[in-house]
Amino acid sequence: MKKSLGTVAVAAAMALSLSACGGSGSSAESAKGEVSYWLWDANQLPAYQQCADDFTKANPDIKVKITQRGWDDYWSTLTNGFVGGTAPDVFTNHLGRYGELAENKQLLPIDDAVKKDNVDLAAYNEGLADLWVGQDGKRYGLPKDWDTIGLFYNKAMLTKAGISEDQMKNLTWNPQDGGTYEKVIAHLTVDKSGKRGDEAGFDKNNVAVYGLGLNGGGDSSGQTEWSYFANTTGWSHTDKNPWGTHYNYDDPKFQSSIDWFAGLVKKGYMPKLESTVGAAMADTFAAGKSAINAHGSWMIGQYTGYKGIEVGIAPTPTGPEGKRASMFNGLADSIWAGTKKKDAAIKWVEYLASAPCQDVVASKAVVFPALKASSDKASAAFKAKGVDVTAFTEQVKNKTTFLYPITDNTAKVKGIMEPAMDAVVSGKQPASSLTEANNQVNALFK
Amino acid sequence: MMTTLTKNPAARSDQRAVRSGRIRRGSLRRYGDLKIALFFIAPAMIGFVLFYVVPTIRGIYLSFTEYNILGDPEWVGLDNYAAIAKDPLFWNSLAVTGQYVLMNIVLQTALALGLALLMDRVAKSTLVRGALLLPYLMSNVIAALLWFWMLDYQIGIVNQFIEWAGLPRVAFFGSEEWAIPTQALINTWRHMGYTALLIFAGLQAIPQHLYEVAKLDGASPFQTFRKITMPLLRPVLVLVLVVTVIGSFQVFDTVAVTTQGGPVNATRVIQYYIYQRAFTESDFGYGSAIAVILFLILALVAFIQMKFLKGNESDLD
Repeated sequence: MKKSLGTVAVAAAMALSLSACGGSGSSAESAKGEVSYWLWDANQLPAYQQCADDFTKANPDIKVKITQRGWDDYWSTLTNGFVGGTAPDVFTNHLGRYGELAENKQLLPIDDAVKKDNVDLAAYNEGLADLWVGQDGKRYGLPKDWDTIGLFYNKAMLTKAGISEDQMKNLTWNPQDGGTYEKVIAHLTVDKSGKRGDEAGFDKNNVAVYGLGLNGGGDSSGQTEWSYFANTTGWSHTDKNPWGTHYNYDDPKFQSSIDWFAGLVKKGYMPKLESTVGAAMADTFAAGKSAINAHGSWMIGQYTGYKGIEVGIAPTPTGPEGKRASMFNGLADSIWAGTKKKDAAIKWVEYLASAPCQDVVASKAVVFPALKASSDKASAAFKAKGVDVTAFTEQVKNKTTFLYPITDNTAKVKGIMEPAMDAVVSGKQPASSLTEANNQVNALFK
Repeated sequence: MMTTLTKNPAARSDQRAVRSGRIRRGSLRRYGDLKIALFFIAPAMIGFVLFYVVPTIRGIYLSFTEYNILGDPEWVGLDNYAAIAKDPLFWNSLAVTGQYVLMNIVLQTALALGLALLMDRVAKSTLVRGALLLPYLMSNVIAALLWFWMLDYQIGIVNQFIEWAGLPRVAFFGSEEWAIPTQALINTWRHMGYTALLIFAGLQAIPQHLYEVAKLDGASPFQTFRKITMPLLRPVLVLVLVVTVIGSFQVFDTVAVTTQGGPVNATRVIQYYIYQRAFTESDFGYGSAIAVILFLILALVAFIQMKFLKGNESDLD
C-alpha cells in the first residue's frame, strides 16, 4: 500500500513535469505516428486488429498499436496510466466508468470533430450516441457496439422435459409466483434420483441439474442477474437515467422481485451463491449443471461454441406490465485528454465508429456493432453460423430496453451493493435489508 | 540492543568515560568512521527514504485529505478518521483480519516448531530440509490460484475426494464460514516451511552441552524441551512471531486473487478494504487513513510482543 502510493507519487510528479513541457496543440505532429488503443475483450481483438490494418492502409502516416487487457486489470491499469502519463491515446470505454473519468478531465471532448467531419449520429441504434454526452453537455465518445440480455437454454434438456421452444419464447413472469418462467425452471430442475423440481418427493438438497444458473448476486446493476425481470415491474435503478442522483433499491417492487430470486435458491431451482465462487457460470452450463442461463449477447460465441451441446436462445420473460425488459448497454471509444496524437486519435475513433470498421466487426459475429446497418449485418453473420439472435435484437426493435444506470459514484455504489446483494441472494438477509444499503448509496449523492 | 550493552560493565564504564570527555581521541576516531559508514549505508538508506519514509509521510498527509488521484488532494482534517470510526465495514475488516491472524499464527507457529524439531533431530538430509521450503518459493498468487482450483466447489479435486468419501461438497471459498479458515490454511501451508527454518536456526544456536547435562541429570525429553529448548528459543520465537504477525495482518494477495472480499464481507480483510477504497473506489484519502490506522495497530502489536515476551533478552548469559 505504502509502496504503491510512493510509486504513484513519483509517477504523478513525472506526469506533471511531462505535461508541463508537452502541451497539446493541433499540429502536423499530432496527426501522424503511432496511436495506442486498448480494449478488454479478447474475442474482439481479431476484428479490431483488422480494422487497424485497414486504417493504416488508408492512412499510411498513422499506425495503431492495440493492447488487450483483461477486464479485471483494465480500469486500474488505465487509472495508473492517466496519472503516470502512459495511458493509451484511445481506449474502449464503459458507461459505468466514463462519468467519473469525464468529471476528472481525463477524456477529450470530441464535439468539434464530430461536427466538422459530419459524423451522422442518427445512423447508430437509438439512444446509443446520446449516452456518451456527459453531464456538462459535451461528447466523450462515439458508440461502437451494444448488448442486451437473453436466455440461453440447453435444447436436449428442454426436449427431455417436454417443453417446446415456443413456450420458451413466450414466458411470463411476476414477483408473486414467478409465472410460467418459474414453472419452466422448476420443471427443468432434476435431482440426483431423477425427480423433477415440480414433482412430489423432489430433494432440493441433492440437485443434479438446476433449472436456472446463477452468476452471482449482481451487485448494483444486476445486468445479467436480475434486472431483466425486476425492471418489468416498472421499477428502475435510479430516478432518471442518465445522470440520476437517487437510487431505488428500497422500492417494494424491486425488493419483492429480489425476494422471488433468492427464493429460487431456497426451493433448490438455482445453485447456492456459495457454489458460484470459482467456476464460471457458462462453464457449469456446458458441464450440464444448469438448463437455462440468463446472460448477455456478448456471450453468444462462448455458449454456442461448446462442443456437444445444442444451445437455443430465448428472449427474457414478459413481466406484469405486459412487456419484456433488457438492460441496453453500449460501449464507445474515447480519447484520453493527455494524448499527444490528438488529430490521429480523432481520426482513428471516427474510423472505429464508421461503417467500414463496424462491418468488419459484424462479419466476425462476436458482438452487435452500434451502427444500425452494421447490426443487421452482424445478425446475418450469426445466422450464417447457425445462431438465431432475434432474442437479443427484438428487445431493441420493440423498444423494451432500458439503459445501463449512468450516475456519479458508480464504483462506490457497487462497493455498497455487492455485499448487500450477496447477503440477500445467499439467504442471510431478507430483501428488506436493501433499504439500509439504499440509504448508504443515496448518502453518497448528498 | 541497548539493554544488553548496558548490562556489560565494560560498556558502562566506556559510556561514563565518553561523558566525562576522557577518551576524546577515541570519539574523534569514531566520527572519522562516520563518513565511510554513511557511504556504506547510503544505498540502503536511499531506498529506505525514497520507498518507505517519503511514501509513509505522504500517506499520512493524504489520510487528512480527500483525494481521488486524478484531481488534487483537498485538506479535510480528521473527517476521514471520523468516518472510519462509524464505518461498519472497517470494524468488520478488523474482526475478519483478527480471525485470520489468530488462525494463521497459532497453526503456523505450532507446525513450524514441530517441523523445526524434526529438522533438528530426525530429518538431517539437506534434500528433505530444502523440500520444506518449496511452498515458500512459490509466488503467493500462484499458491492461491493453485488451491483455488483444487478446492473449487464444482470442479476441484479436493471436493471430488470428499464426494467419494460420501460427504457433502464443501464451498471452501464460497461459504462465509469456510472462506477465512481456508485462506488461513493456505498461507499456513505456504509459510510454515520458512518459519520452521528460522526456528531451526534458533535451535542450532542452543549449546549442545546443555542437553548433555540434562541427559546426565535424567531429564525426560519433555522436560528437556520445556526447561531448556523453549526458554533458550524464546528470543528467536519472539522475533519470528513479530515478523509473522505483521506479515499475517497484511494478508492481501490470497484474498485478491480468490474471493475479493466476499462472500458478503467474510474475507474483506483490512488490506483488501484499503485497496478497495483507494484503487477501486478512487478514495485515496480514506484508504490512506485506514492504512495509517493499520500502521499504528501493527506498531502497537509489535511493541507489546517485544515488551511482554522479552524478545530482546536472552537467558543464555
